Amino acid sequence: MDMLDILLSASFWAAAIRIASPLIFATLGELICERAGVLNLGIEGIMVAGAFAGWMAVYSGTGLWTGVLVAMVVGMMFGLIHSVLTVPFGLSQHVVGLGVTLLATSSTYYAYRLALPEVTSPPKITAFQPFEIPILSDIPLLGPALFAQTPMTYLAFVLVAVVALVLYCTPLGLALRAAGENPSAVAAQGLSVTGIRMGAVIVGSGFMAMGGAFLTMSAFDSFFFEMVNGRGWICIALVVFGAWKPGKALLGAVLFAAFDALQIRVQQTPLGADIPYQIFLMTPYVLSILALIAMSRRAEVPGALMVPFNKGER
Amino acid sequence: MRLEPIANPSLARTILPPAIAIAMTVVVASLLAMLAGANPFSVLGLILKGAFGSKFAALETLNRATPLIFTGLSVAVAFRARLWNIGAEAQLYAGALITVVLGTGALPWGAGALLPVLALGAMLAGALVLLVPALLKVRFGVDEVVTTLLFNFIFLLFISMLLEGPLKDPMGMGWPKSERLIAEARLPRMMEGLRLHWGFGLAIIAAAVVWVIQRRTTLGYEMRAVGLNRDAARFAGIAVNGVLIKTALLSGGLAALAGFSEVAGLKGNLTLDLSPGFGYTGIIVAMLALLNPLAVVAAALFVAGIFVGADSMSRAIGVPTYLADIMLATALLLMVLAILLTRFRVVRE
Amino acid sequence: MTGAEAAQVVLRLDRITKSFGKLVANDAVSLSLHRGEVIALLGENGAGKTTLMNILFGQYTADSGRVEVFGHDLPPGNPRAALDAGVGMVHQHFTLADNMTVLENVALGTVPLWRPRLDRAAVRAKIAGLAEDFRLAVDPDARVGTLTVGERQRVEILKALYREAKILILDEPTAVLTPQETDDLFATLRKAVALGLSIVFISHKLHEVMDISDRVVILRHGRLVGEMRTQDTDRHALAAAMVGAEVSAPKVAPATPGAALLRLGEVSTPDKGNAPGLKSVSLDLRAGQITGLAGVSGNGQAALADLIGGLCAPKTGQLDLDGQALARWSPRIAVQSGIARIPEDRHKTGTIADFNLTENAILESYHTPPMSKHGWMNWTRAEIATRDIITRYDVRCPGPETRIRLLSGGNMQKLILGRVLEAAPRIILANQPVRGLDIGAVNYVHSQLLEARARGAAVLLISEDLDEIMALSDVIHVISEGRLSPEFGRGTMAPADLGVWMAGHGFEEGLAHAS
Repeated sequence: MDMLDILLSASFWAAAIRIASPLIFATLGELICERAGVLNLGIEGIMVAGAFAGWMAVYSGTGLWTGVLVAMVVGMMFGLIHSVLTVPFGLSQHVVGLGVTLLATSSTYYAYRLALPEVTSPPKITAFQPFEIPILSDIPLLGPALFAQTPMTYLAFVLVAVVALVLYCTPLGLALRAAGENPSAVAAQGLSVTGIRMGAVIVGSGFMAMGGAFLTMSAFDSFFFEMVNGRGWICIALVVFGAWKPGKALLGAVLFAAFDALQIRVQQTPLGADIPYQIFLMTPYVLSILALIAMSRRAEVPGALMVPFNKGER
Repeated sequence: MRLEPIANPSLARTILPPAIAIAMTVVVASLLAMLAGANPFSVLGLILKGAFGSKFAALETLNRATPLIFTGLSVAVAFRARLWNIGAEAQLYAGALITVVLGTGALPWGAGALLPVLALGAMLAGALVLLVPALLKVRFGVDEVVTTLLFNFIFLLFISMLLEGPLKDPMGMGWPKSERLIAEARLPRMMEGLRLHWGFGLAIIAAAVVWVIQRRTTLGYEMRAVGLNRDAARFAGIAVNGVLIKTALLSGGLAALAGFSEVAGLKGNLTLDLSPGFGYTGIIVAMLALLNPLAVVAAALFVAGIFVGADSMSRAIGVPTYLADIMLATALLLMVLAILLTRFRVVRE
Repeated sequence: MTGAEAAQVVLRLDRITKSFGKLVANDAVSLSLHRGEVIALLGENGAGKTTLMNILFGQYTADSGRVEVFGHDLPPGNPRAALDAGVGMVHQHFTLADNMTVLENVALGTVPLWRPRLDRAAVRAKIAGLAEDFRLAVDPDARVGTLTVGERQRVEILKALYREAKILILDEPTAVLTPQETDDLFATLRKAVALGLSIVFISHKLHEVMDISDRVVILRHGRLVGEMRTQDTDRHALAAAMVGAEVSAPKVAPATPGAALLRLGEVSTPDKGNAPGLKSVSLDLRAGQITGLAGVSGNGQAALADLIGGLCAPKTGQLDLDGQALARWSPRIAVQSGIARIPEDRHKTGTIADFNLTENAILESYHTPPMSKHGWMNWTRAEIATRDIITRYDVRCPGPETRIRLLSGGNMQKLILGRVLEAAPRIILANQPVRGLDIGAVNYVHSQLLEARARGAAVLLISEDLDEIMALSDVIHVISEGRLSPEFGRGTMAPADLGVWMAGHGFEEGLAHAS
């Protein structure tokens, strides 16, 4: 297949949007945390926990949306742990984040083994099905790519708009951004930096977990160990690439997913067959590093990112 | 609430918080054991017994601790200079890779010449692997946390590619594994009849050397200064970027020794499951040791004990081994909090 | 009874006590403020002024005592309650988010967080009204990071006025202003008082206190030691009350300047974010002479200090040491060339808080014998050297093993002095050497600088305190936006004349003069 044919096929773009969806959720989550001044390296583990929790809930008989909610709540609980340690206590965000990732991953695996002690291959659930939006899905190329996705993908896009709106057009968003730029400005106006930052980390973690849940409930219909496979770390790179702005982050996620979809398709061409498949599997990680290097010079990092705020100190 | 530094912490202040952290970790483990329908006392007892209860168990723990000492030292060295090396896993595999490339017959030397060359080659490879993120950090300001994390995935895929390509053992019946090391490339046992290889001895020596570097050399002084206050270090005339690069080389080299020691001492060949996350666990080891290289040895023994003990416990009564990982993650989080509370008082405001 | 005393009491502090560990920052301080009154809170650094105001504003909780605003008790430890009661505070260190606009900074926290929308048009209209009423012109859509220090202060005042503050607290507001900007600020404050606001003005500058206040309250070592009507007192009486004794300016013998040890020839350095670089600066530092550098903070002092301290190299122009042009330049070369550097921020760049005294004392010499040889540290020698500094520079501490974070600012500064002066330097770069120190430590630092001058060292004194510059310097330069004024001899310029240069005027004529 010719490269141009690939790029002009609706199925290619549909795949790209599908691949982008979990990244969008988790990138938004990380973006909210970092905009408030907290780097959340718990993202990888929280995605694992979300993937398991949503899937397990549905497997136990709840509805799909309830499953998404369960995943979100589980993610928020890990966010609570992260935020208590990093915000009021101001502990190293690197160490705590990695600790939360380890904790979330290992508790998930433990829970999996407890819940399904006997199985050799994990059971399947009835996942979200693609929903064609009437009329819009009939648009050539764009229609099948954008408007024949699962409901969670639509939710991801809606959330981007909501987060952008909240960040830039509401008093809450203003306070959140200020907490990430200069927490003493927030404190001097009588607002609680601790409250705002903790809230951001908790909500952001909920979004990350939804990203994980997308994998088990929309992209696939089952839970595997290692299924998150570094996507969380990629999302951290995407936040930088998106210059901490929701719209640009969305663009970055789609662009990134398009490359990913492309490498999958090139892999299946005769040319791709001669190249070790590991090279293709490496591309997302290599791309992330390249994106970081490219953005390093002009990134507008939130002024107080990773700077703990302690009222007593000046 | 507000944190207020304590000028002269009392003995109770110094000891109580860490003790409570450990106690709470045990409580968490007990609750999880109960969740699995097991008696918490027997679970904890079995873990202890499985870790240190017999000569066999203790040796198993020492063997498991060996790579953890190396990765723990790697992380401790890097974190001390505030270089966030989360890529010990990749550096470990780089060391293992060099060991099998040079140790499967390419260098037909005796053990006396071959082993030091393998160790140094491994260190060099690991150092180079961390050099890339370190250079990206000092040249472009790219956060090394994300790059080292991503490098872990890239490097493991690279190893996988080699194991299915040029390094593949033709006699391996299709499994992705390397050829076995020649006999001269194997680390001997420390004592006749004892299943403990010289990798452990090397790890102890490495810990001592790192301690000496940090406490007695100008480089160690520079590393600590750079880690504690980069601005002040630069102002005083310390070449901060140079120190970070040197730190990266040392840290990467130490992690690579874990790969060398595992391949040459234990496994004899390279497979994709050489490390069950030793690189990541090294972070826990280093943090529990408060980044002190000598304490890394003790922390590695503790962590290895929990892993080995949990394996044996799981075989006996079926509680999933992931209990060990949860215990360690909990211990890590509670311990960093406890250490803070030994130095700061929480004041309500 | 005068009108002011008859007026309504808007604020009453009742026996406020607060201690930090062993240090009693406020000891049963009581005071009251009336409607339309300006009181000046006068005191040395560390007298407890800022602590007192932080308690009033709810950022600290007092150990005991009461705060009453408009007859109602203020709940302790709650800035929000203070704001709602009509207290507005302009902090010494601005609390503004640089990456956000003026409008966003002003609107922050003024409407409930859960409101669905921020009405920017309404905010803009209200800002415009206030700017008109109080003569506080500032562009609401400008990013704060692009504003000058004076403009930022206006934003801080706007923030308070926007919240309809009735009581304004200004913590050392003039520290960052030129004399002319100070006049503008005072005009705004008089306007505010005329509109019925009350003001607490924290300062240690006597002439400003005399100028703006109706009443002066003096704090010393956390205690209220005097309270008087401004019209009934004078600067000498205030100074005496402030430090507890008559103060005299340091006696400075005439200088005998020698050769230029360090010479800058039309040096330019790149800007760093908002901080301007040097713009074609020529400067001679002569042996046996103190050169004072006056200027409003953020006008290139940092660039000059970085250049002389070795942290940056000239982009164009050249640097001559003893008549030799320097090819390579770094902090280490600077130290080895005999430049002693007293950094502006002793906490952030001067010391490493978690290092002990020994480790801090050898920061610049650890790589040379006897502190180390062939890469091996000699801690015994390092400790001996440190003990020596501790004795000779009177560093009060439990011992060389103490972590330096536990020392007071003055003792920290003495250790730094010991570190840099031990090597008998020929050039001394003193960047804000007495900022935040108590009077005893200030005198000590100044005497050390004068002693070094007498020994024949060339001293560059950078300070934002014009009084300090004028008292110590043999010659003065003014820096403004990275440009350097001509050299003025001791006593040839009045503060107001220097103020003209500090505000950036005079350079054009000066250049015309030179060419």
